[in-house]
Amino acid sequence: MANMIPISTVTVGSGGASSIDFNSIPQTYTDLVMKLSLRSTRTAFAQDDLYYKYNGSSTSNSGIQIRASGSAVISTSGWITYNYGGQVDSNSATSNTFSNIDIYIPNYSGSNNKSSSVDGIEENNATEAYANLLANLWSNTSPITSIALTLGAGNFVQYSSATLYGIRKY
Amino acid sequence: MPLPSTLTPIATQTLTSAAATVTFSNIPQTYTDLVIVSSLQGSRAIYGADLNTRYNGDSGTNYSVTRLQGDGSTASSARFTNETAINNAGSIGGDGSGIYTPNTIHIFNYSNTSVYKTSLSRNSHPTVVVQAFVGLWRSTAAITSIAFTGNGYNFNSGSTFTIYGIKAA
Repeated sequence: MANMIPISTVTVGSGGASSIDFNSIPQTYTDLVMKLSLRSTRTAFAQDDLYYKYNGSSTSNSGIQIRASGSAVISTSGWITYNYGGQVDSNSATSNTFSNIDIYIPNYSGSNNKSSSVDGIEENNATEAYANLLANLWSNTSPITSIALTLGAGNFVQYSSATLYGIRKY
Repeated sequence: MPLPSTLTPIATQTLTSAAATVTFSNIPQTYTDLVIVSSLQGSRAIYGADLNTRYNGDSGTNYSVTRLQGDGSTASSARFTNETAINNAGSIGGDGSGIYTPNTIHIFNYSNTSVYKTSLSRNSHPTVVVQAFVGLWRSTAAITSIAFTGNGYNFNSGSTFTIYGIKAA
């Protein structure tokens, strides 16, 4: 039995989008996976920042990042008002290049605080491009019923896409 | 770690009480790779427990690990050779924290009797450490069982382990 079930796909149309939203997420799975292909309209920089929030909440988040840039590896932490998804290609990055990011959310419908794991890349034909590993926490025991993806400075460009999958363990 | 779309669940264990060891036995040899996804909390404060992994009950010094990690201020890498297990998590959800941390282990060619067994894994503790591991078991034996221990600490009730099989095209 296939256990990774597509719930919804959003593909950004012409004109872009300021957010990508998954609402009314069914509570019938054990885990969630998001697979993202994203690019930002932000100008002047090759990267933008990806945020994701649950149930419209802007509180009680925290996380740790490890990021490799091609010349250095750093680790940072923080992010109270959102879960951080790492860097996303923006308008100054190599044309037609979209960042790919996987986000895994276990036990999204349970009564525990909500942890998540992020693996992502921001590729760019330049000296610097990023690979990210992140751990995030939403210190809230509510089931996750909606997820909103936003960017720090720009909008999602046309053809950006996000698919939400439900994972069944049986 | 990205999850393939061809995952087939083999078995799930959800702990209803604390356990020192979680074992998957009689693993079918009909897949190409294995993926183990877990959501973990351990009996140690803050750091929870480790996630030591042994194959086929082998407790010899036949394992090695390369680790990449970041704790929010420092990024580092370390190498461990001639280990008695692969440690796929240096920290999981701590006792009483309300945090269960995600962990994913991908074991390649587990049933292939011509190669040593390699693995890639990811551990994500949102307040302690982010980690990635490469593991090696120097054995050509097919993996028929996998045992997880917390290196002296228990896995708490509510922790879950699911093992999936992946078939090549």
